[in-house]
Parts: sequence; C-alpha cells; structure tokens
Amino acid sequence: MQFAPAYHLILEGILILWIIRLLFSKTYKLQERSDLTEKEKEELIEEWQPEPLVPLVSKDHPSLNYDVVTGPPSHRIIVNGKECINFASFNFLGLLDSERVKLKALSSLKKYGVGTCGPRGFYGTFDVHLELEERLAKFMRTEEAIIYSYGFATIASAIPAYSKRGDIVFVDEAACFSIQKGLQASRSFVKYFKHNDMEDLERLLKEQEIEDQKNPRKAKVIRRFIVVEGLYINTADLCPLPELVKLKYKYKVRIFLEESMSFGVLGEHGRGVTEHFGVNIDDIDLISANMENALASIGGFCCGRSFVIDHQRLSGQGYCFSASLPPMLASAAIEALNIMEEDPGVFRVLRDKCKHVHKALQGTPGLKVAGEPLAPALHLQLENSTGSRTNDLKLLRAIVDYVRYNSRSQITMCVLSIRVVVTVEQTQEEIEKAAQCIREAAVKILK
Amino acid sequence: MTQNSASKLLNGDTVHRTKQDKKTGGNGFVKNHCLFQQKRYRRPAEKNHHASCTSLYKKPFVESFEETPLLVAVLTYIGYGILTIFGYLRDFLRDWKFEKCHLAREREEQKDFVPLYQDFENFYTRNLYMRIRDNWNRPIRSVPGAKMDLVERVTPDYNWTFEHTGKVLKDVINMGSYNYLGFAENTGTCADAASECTVKYGVGVCSSRQETGNLDKHEELEKLVARFLGVESSMVFGMGFATNSMNIPALMGKGCLILSDELNHVSLVLGARLSGATIRVFKHNNMQSLEKLLWDAIVHGQPRTHRPWKKILILVEGIYSMEGSIVRLPEIIVLKKKYKAYLYLDEAHSIGALGPRGRGVVDYFGLDPCDVDIMMGTFTKSFGAAGGYIGGKKDLVDYLRLHSHSAVYATSMSPPITQQIITSMKCIMGEDGTTLGQERLCQLSENTTYFRRRLHEMGFIIYGNNDSPVVPLMLYMPAKIGAFGREMLKRNIGTVVVGFPATPIIESRARFCVSAAHTREMLDTALNAISEVGDLLQLKYSRKNRHGSEGTDLFSYLESHQD
Repeated sequence: MQFAPAYHLILEGILILWIIRLLFSKTYKLQERSDLTEKEKEELIEEWQPEPLVPLVSKDHPSLNYDVVTGPPSHRIIVNGKECINFASFNFLGLLDSERVKLKALSSLKKYGVGTCGPRGFYGTFDVHLELEERLAKFMRTEEAIIYSYGFATIASAIPAYSKRGDIVFVDEAACFSIQKGLQASRSFVKYFKHNDMEDLERLLKEQEIEDQKNPRKAKVIRRFIVVEGLYINTADLCPLPELVKLKYKYKVRIFLEESMSFGVLGEHGRGVTEHFGVNIDDIDLISANMENALASIGGFCCGRSFVIDHQRLSGQGYCFSASLPPMLASAAIEALNIMEEDPGVFRVLRDKCKHVHKALQGTPGLKVAGEPLAPALHLQLENSTGSRTNDLKLLRAIVDYVRYNSRSQITMCVLSIRVVVTVEQTQEEIEKAAQCIREAAVKILK
Repeated sequence: MTQNSASKLLNGDTVHRTKQDKKTGGNGFVKNHCLFQQKRYRRPAEKNHHASCTSLYKKPFVESFEETPLLVAVLTYIGYGILTIFGYLRDFLRDWKFEKCHLAREREEQKDFVPLYQDFENFYTRNLYMRIRDNWNRPIRSVPGAKMDLVERVTPDYNWTFEHTGKVLKDVINMGSYNYLGFAENTGTCADAASECTVKYGVGVCSSRQETGNLDKHEELEKLVARFLGVESSMVFGMGFATNSMNIPALMGKGCLILSDELNHVSLVLGARLSGATIRVFKHNNMQSLEKLLWDAIVHGQPRTHRPWKKILILVEGIYSMEGSIVRLPEIIVLKKKYKAYLYLDEAHSIGALGPRGRGVVDYFGLDPCDVDIMMGTFTKSFGAAGGYIGGKKDLVDYLRLHSHSAVYATSMSPPITQQIITSMKCIMGEDGTTLGQERLCQLSENTTYFRRRLHEMGFIIYGNNDSPVVPLMLYMPAKIGAFGREMLKRNIGTVVVGFPATPIIESRARFCVSAAHTREMLDTALNAISEVGDLLQLKYSRKNRHGSEGTDLFSYLESHQD
C-alpha cells in the first residue's frame, strides 16, 4: 500500500473542512437587499404617504351635477323641471313610450318577476332569451345571434373572445369607446387607420403583407381583423362597406361591424348598413349592435354565422360571467322587433326627417354640421375654435342652455360638439323652431 | 445577536424580530415580522383555520377546506387522462371522416384565411365539455324562485344539438339561482311597484347618465343605497360586471399597485388589467401573504426604478362564490391602516345575505363602513334585479361621476329595475312598515346553518365558512360532475355543477345556493336526494368524525388499516 504524501492529506483535509463549512453556512439570498436594516425598513413604511385615492374635484365643475329628468325620457321630456322637446335621447323610432311594448313588458313581469338571479349557464336562460335570439337572427338573416345584458359590454366582450395576444386588428380612428376597451382587453396589436380612408387602410395592409412574407410560418397563425362601425357615433359618417369587403378578400382579413347607430335606421327594412349597401350579410364575420337605441330596451346582441357566434357562448366574458338580461327587457325588445317588422315605412319617415334636420341646420353661423344627411344623430362643431378646450366647452354649453330655455328643445353635449338627435316623433314645426333657436344662440354667443 | 425592535400584537403578545435566530414554523416556512401568527391545527388530512386574534373577531370564524384524499386525487387524474386519450382518438376519427362531424365549419370562400380558432384551444370544449353539456344552460320558464319550471330538452346526438320536447318539468327545487333573500317573485309589493313604474316610465332610457339618462329614480336610489350601506354617497350602474371593469381603471393607473386575491372574479381581474397598474396576487384569504406583499412593496418600491408607489389598492370580495369563504375583513382593515393602503371590497354575493341587518360583510363583522374606502356590490343576487353600485366618501363618488367610463358612455339603469331595487331595499331596511325583511334575513341564516350542518353530518366534503349561504360540495372526478347533475335532475332538484376552468382541475364541485325562500321541507327533500345520490356515486369522502352516518366504507377501511 502506498502512503499518500503529506501535502495530499493536508489538502484533502482542508477541502473537507471547506465543504463542511459551505454546507452549514447561511444560504446567500439574492433577493434580500442587504443594504437596508430592519429599522430602516420600518422607517420607510412609516414615512411612505400614498397619493389621495381620488384627486380633488372642484365643486362647480359643469358636468358634476347631472340634469335630472322627471318622468320618462320620451318625446316631451321634463328636464330640471322644464318641459322640453327631446332632441337628445337616442329614441330613433319613438318606441320608448309605445303602449304595446309596455304591455308586453308588464305581462312578462307578471310571469317571470324582474331579475334573473344568475348567469346564462346557471338557470339564467329563459325561454324569452332563446326566442329573442332566434328572432334577431331571423330578422338580420344570419344563422345565429347571442344576447348580452348591457350594450357597452357587447363589443367589448366580443373582440377579446377572438383576438388574442399577437393578433392584429385594424381599427378606424373614430371608433367608439367600447371598441377601444375591447381592444385594450384583448392585448392584440392595434393599428389605427385614418377615418374612412380606404387608401390608408390598404397601405397598412400592404405593409403587413410584406412583414408576413419575411416570416411565413408565423403569418399562418396570426389572425387579422378589421373593426369598423356602420354609422360612427363620434362623427355621424357611414363606413364604405363595399370597399371594405373587397379589401377583406384581397388581404384575407375578417370584418367586425359595429352597428349600434345604424341598426333600425338604415336599410329598407332597418337591417342596417349591410342592407343599405346591398352587401351579402355572410361576408361580414360578426355584426354587433346594442338594443338601447332604436329598440328602446337595454342590452346588446351579436349576430353572424354559427361558426363565429357559438364561440362566444363559452369565451365571451360579459356573457358567461355576468347575470343575464332581465326577461321583461327581452320581451320589450321582441315586441319592438315586431313593430319594426310590421311597419317598414317608419324607416323612410325617419330618413326624411333626418334629411330635413340636416338641411335646416345648414348655414348656422359659427357652427358646422358634421355627418351624413342620413344619420339620425348629427354633430354641430365649432367652426373656429377659441384655442382652449375649456372655453370651447363653455361656449357649447351656453348654446345648449339657451336653446333649452328659449325654445324648450333639449339637445346635448358630446365631447367637443353638440349632438342633435332625430326621432320619428318630432314634427315639422318643432324641428323648425329648434333650428331657428340654435341659429339665434349661435349668433348671440359666438359673435 | 441582540433582539431588535419588538412590536405588539393587538392582543398584547409581543413578537420579537431577530436577525439570526429565526425559528421555523411547523410546515417549514420562516415566520418573520408578521403581525399575525396563525396557529395551524394540523389534524390528519384537514386544515381548519381558527384566528388567534380573537379580539378582532366578535364571533368564532370557522371555515374548513378539507384536503383532497390521496386516492381520490389519483383516480381523478387517471380519469382525465383516459378522457384526453379518447379525445385524441375521436379527433383523429373526425379528421379522417370515420365519424360525422357536428361542428360548424368555416365558409368555403374563407377556407384560405388564417383559421379563427386553434385546434388545441377547443380541445377541452369539444371532447370533455360536450359530453356533459346538458348540465348547463338549462332554460327555465318561470320565476327563478325556490321552485321553478324547467323546459325539457332531449338530445338525439349526444349533446351536440338540443330539441325542446314541449314538455315542462314543473316545480323543480332551485338550488342554483342566486336568490338569497327570495326577492325573485312575480307577486307582492316589489312586483306591483315595478309594474307601476313600467307603466309610467317605460322600459328603456336611450341615453347615458351624463346626458339625458339621469332620472329622478336614479337619484332616489343612490341616496337610499348610501343610507343602506352607511356611507356618504353612492353611484349606481347598469351592469355589475361593467361596474368593476369600468371603475377600477378610473381610480388606478400606471405607477399604482393592485394587490388582488388569488380567487377574485373575472370582472375584478379585467378591471385591474385595464387600469394599467402593476398587479400582484396574494394567496386566497391569507393575511401573511398579503402582509409580506405590502411590506415588500413599500420597502422596495416600483420594480427596477425603486420609486415609491403612488397608491396601493387591495382588491377582495365579500364572499367568494366558488369557495364559499368569507373574507377576513377585520385583519385586512388592520393591515390597511398600518400600511396606508386603500381597500376595494366587492360584495356581489354578501350584500343582503350576511349580517344581522343584511348590510353585508361589514355588518357581519360589526365594523365601521367608513374603514372600507370603496364598497362595491351588485343588485342581481339579493335584490332580485340587475346592476351594480359603488359607495364611499363624497369625493370618491363625485370623481367617479365625472370620470367613470360607465357614466359617460354607457346607458343608465332601466326604470322598473330601479324601482325593484328601491322597494326590496326598503323592505330589508324595514322602512316599508313590515318585518318581512328581518324575517327573510333570519330565515336565510337559519337555512344556511341547517343545510351546512346536515351535509357535514352526512359525510360530504363542504368548503367554506359556516355562515356563508354558498355551499360547495366536492365531487373531484370528471364523470361524477355529469352524473351528479343528471341524477339530481331526475329527482326534481336543479343544481349547479362546476368544473375546470372555473375551478382547479381536480377540484370540481357542485355548488348550492341557499335561499330564504326555501322552506324546511324543501331543504329536507333536497338533502335526502343529495344523500341518495351521494351513496350512489360514492361522494361521501369526508374523514372527519361524523355522527350516525353510514359513510363510504372504503375510506374508513383504509384509514383504520393505515397505521
């Protein structure tokens, strides 16, 4: 047996002692910042002051005190105690005080009570919901429809159900707020194109095509969508639907159409912008609308082919995780649909009135009319802005108040313009009187 | 090392914080600088939480989450494995056209578009959910009260499509609807008042709150809600989901921190995400986890830049609807005051259902409503209507009136719904001149206690707090989910079963919602049926002591032969 030299033994002994020391010493924690002692940490905690939960709001902010409406917001509306003609609520077809609708809602209340006490999956599906979905699908001539209990949540839940992280969505600049929230919730890439500018959209699509050719494998799994509105709520313009459909097939993008303002307004039978342009409804992948404008109820719906719509029944957040629409509101919507189907002449009457109002408001000094002659909600914008947003708002508000006081017509403010809404219940004289008063107000206030 | 600072716990014990000698607790983690040291009574296969700070809780806080028995967990995984293999087999057969495909297909003209859905995203839906789909979305055609009428459905092709036979299943006992105080009714003062309101106001509003949608009814309701909750002022919204997802972004922004419970509802998670703030998650109802997060947040500040956070918000719910647990509000309020955070309490299920006066979880613990910064709730559950509210200080509500997206862009609440809430709230408060409200509250708490006690005695594993009207009963295995729902319907009882993804994959459950409208006989009928089905499907997994029940012999056999 060979004896190991002394230095070997000593070296190995040192190594063993080193290993034993490493085994029993404290672990080196990377997260623990050893610069601060416990005392300093406690001082930090005591010194830290959060911001106040909400910043202070000045007591005389103009939008703070809402106008109080006593009684129903129908054609003759009582605002802050004064009776006015209503040019502000989106009651396009005048169905808010239809007796038939109220009776139907009452009989539904007597049968089902008020609330549904549960989401659609857990005994919150009533036969009226199923009936309403069938009727809407039949009316719009699509395969299937799905109902949401709140108009705002409709498109905001539909977009994230299909478009996920990594997908691309091309949206018009003037898209409404609920679309923006839907896009934010979906975490996809959002590319805005100029309002109603098809060339800008085509440019963006071409750029995307070039990107795709660089990485074809990735391009095969990224979904693309275009989201547009039929009648824009912010600018009262129509979207150029036939060109969009052409772009759809050329660049292989799917179209989501938001028709809150145009459902029940455009088209020969009120089916919206697809009927107005004569586009085949199967070309549009998803149509979403809310029932709170023309149908004078609460809630929203999406319609389209079963392949597309059925997916939302399990992945639409506002559908699965929220209580369903109260049955009396669904019955009211069904009755409103019945009225729309029985009398398609009302849409022509509405369109005539819109043209009339559009013409009557032309030539108002200091205000320009923004919007299509067909749009039932027109915008009056300041021709020359004063330069400061608050001053603009003050001027517009002054006009609204003057008009309400002098002609008893209620119009309303919307971001940076005045919105005038046309309904079938307004008579010729009322329209003339309101237009004249707006002119007077403009002359007086915007000198 | 000498001891550093000692801090007093609220019940007078002192906690010494030392650097060197950190004692490890029973389960291996290091207890450091935490205000609350909860003693965990570790009996075999059970976790029972008793708060040691008894001075904070005026009555015993008892909740239990019995652990999954090992055999059951293994069998559940095997069950899911078999289902997955069969799923792949069926997909293969469908692709190769051996089996008829019932799924809707993409249009011919759009076949070369990028596919709208990835195959694996819908694997679970196609192969597992479809098999037991008849347990959900059951249509009803009556008031969703204590008893309801279900529309009978048959499926000729294994749940791909349904047909209505035209027959109606009458008087099915409803253990699934959120009807805690029994206000889902079509007769009585609430229904009459709502009818009057419909005749006068109509059904729709057609405008947002800021424009011409602010009716006098809304103002009346807001004042009433503020009085009910005991806060300065409140604001109501048309949808409960939208209340959370639209108002949290108005309050929090970039540079703020949100501490959210693990099991928060989707609307809270969506609201937190949309706000752009940093989100950190703490373990469900676990105060040490929350305190550690608060401590780290203030000491270290924002990640990477270490600037201090602008605000910290704690997001919790009153009753968690999938677990049946009640939030530990007294402890959270102590933490909140110490670390100067803000508290957002979502009382969707607890308002009206807890507390001697029905004012929710704050009333249940006997605390001051001013301590909770933002009290949010919905009117869908206990009031039989729809919509949500936020209550708090006047500054908060004024700010929300101006900046909440819901007030500016979304329609306001429908008038008859508003009237229903006003009438039912006045009834609960006793302001309509009757004692009906108080009777319903007592009935609900009696029913809850009775139901939970009987189920516990029978030997089922029940989760949650003893006082919560939401009762989850554990099923675990995937086949039992479908079987339980169907067997209960055969015995004329409508129940709700939930599985993945609403719950963790092996913890699927049946969830009962006790209501004040249930009479003792209805509960007894339901309990007998549940016991029958429990024996049939071998659901009585509990290994705690139970009096006078047969129990599954397999488990007691195993337990007795374990040692």
